[in-house]
Amino acid sequence: MAIIAAALAVLPPMAEALDESFVIGLFTRIFIFALAAVSLDLILGFGGMVSFGHSAYFGAGAYVVAILSFHGAGGDAPAWPLSLPWLESGLAAWTLAVAAAALLALLIGAVSLRTSGMYFIMITLAFAQMLYYFFVSLEVYGGDDGLSIAQRNSLPGLDLENEAAFYYVCLLILAVCLVLGRRLVHSRFGMVLQGCKENEERMLALGFPTYRYKLTAFVLAGAAAGLAGALMANYMAFVDPALMHWTVSGEIMVMVILGGMGTLAGPVIGAVVLLLLEEILSAYMEHWMIILGPVLVLVVLFARRGIWGWFREGNPDG
Amino acid sequence: MAEPLLTAHGLTKAYGALKATDSLSLDVVHGEIHAVIGPNGAGKTTAIKQLSGEVEPDEGAIHLAGRDITRRPVHERARLGLARSFQITSVFGGFTAEDNVAMAVQAHDGHSFRFWRPARSDPSLRSPARRTLEQVGLGGRGDVIARNLAHGEQRQLEIAMALATSPALLLLDEPMAGMGPDEARRMVDLLSGLKGQVAILLVEHDMDAVFALADRVTVLVTGREVATGSPDAIRADPVVREAYLGEDA
Repeated sequence: MAIIAAALAVLPPMAEALDESFVIGLFTRIFIFALAAVSLDLILGFGGMVSFGHSAYFGAGAYVVAILSFHGAGGDAPAWPLSLPWLESGLAAWTLAVAAAALLALLIGAVSLRTSGMYFIMITLAFAQMLYYFFVSLEVYGGDDGLSIAQRNSLPGLDLENEAAFYYVCLLILAVCLVLGRRLVHSRFGMVLQGCKENEERMLALGFPTYRYKLTAFVLAGAAAGLAGALMANYMAFVDPALMHWTVSGEIMVMVILGGMGTLAGPVIGAVVLLLLEEILSAYMEHWMIILGPVLVLVVLFARRGIWGWFREGNPDG
Repeated sequence: MAEPLLTAHGLTKAYGALKATDSLSLDVVHGEIHAVIGPNGAGKTTAIKQLSGEVEPDEGAIHLAGRDITRRPVHERARLGLARSFQITSVFGGFTAEDNVAMAVQAHDGHSFRFWRPARSDPSLRSPARRTLEQVGLGGRGDVIARNLAHGEQRQLEIAMALATSPALLLLDEPMAGMGPDEARRMVDLLSGLKGQVAILLVEHDMDAVFALADRVTVLVTGREVATGSPDAIRADPVVREAYLGEDA
């Protein structure tokens, strides 16, 4: 743990010294997706809610940042009050992104959680696709072509245009969210969430209004995914509806399953492995998914608890 | 007789043409064990489910401590003091035995929108959980993952979970189902030890257990109550003998 932390801390200066500074960006992207994967795992792995529309909150967070920038003082279409200078601060923009994603998750969750099983998977997917097509047809914000972001948000005392600074901010946010997540899953709330996954009928018979607890978790997960989306918009300096496409939901879910559901480290490891594989394999072949597919099949067959579960127990199928 | 804790009046639930319960009325007074017996398909489990709120009756009313709970959802009834065990064991299989009971304690201990303090090291959850495990004879088994417990132990665990919510009334749906003679005897001892502390509505096939435990017995046949009375009166009742006990023996 300490070794990993130290390695991540010295990665930017090392990469620059070795003239391989693309590694900084690669890991920044990994941190952002890791945050999205951890947020999905909160409801998927701990709460047993198989949401197939997580890209909706990710994309919503990204679009909030992009729209604020578009209407901001330095954007293409300044419009008061969005042109107020303090809205360029990450503190304001990211908070708004989180709030918007949380509100969206509240609306979608309130409806979707009335269903369960296959219906829940389908309805969350349907909502995300609706949002995708909404932004495809929203010409004001570029429609299918997306929206460029003139410059990254600012944070007091930091220049986020500097790749290393942005790397550290993303790393710190991921670390803080992991600590909060750790407290959460072991708290009373976390126990209720895991109880709902194990046996919801029993939870009801014990007197837990499970809907409220599941909806709260759903909103928290959406909020964290929105934060990841806000970071992603900053990272790419660009957003487009593809961020909300169902394949992004699928990719985030693959990270969770690959790394290990129902753990906090699992989704992080899943994000690292998946994105590194993509980076390395896509240098050699266009259809790198041909390698990823069998790897996934092997993991699902022989290490049901994912890479982290397999590593922790040395027992692939306990 | 004192005012009953639970009264069900005229409960009717039909599935198509089949009336699972047919204007069924029964009551449970404080501290008693009231057994409901009847042949398979008599509507015993449907009756329990209407009391617990999993099934809504077509007609009739249910009152708990004078309050109309006929249309209240399951979790609200649980909050009002109805605890239940299931005919098919229903525990949190992946949790330890102690986690299972601690969850029940937590259910009774206000809302669970608490996000920060670790629940597994909270003495206000863990010590009542351990006490309740002792009470049902599972002391020392608290660290075992529930699905690895023996069948009889899982049934004991269910009772512990029901007890840990400090209920006014336990609804027990065949707690002896699938038990060997030794396990069944332990369960009878456990339940008779609860007598007086908590009222119990007991649905059970094991007649020895019923006659050993019950203060009153209600006999159901095809959804209808055919007799209610003391165990001795029920044993002597010719209608009951014909309808049920006779064909069972």
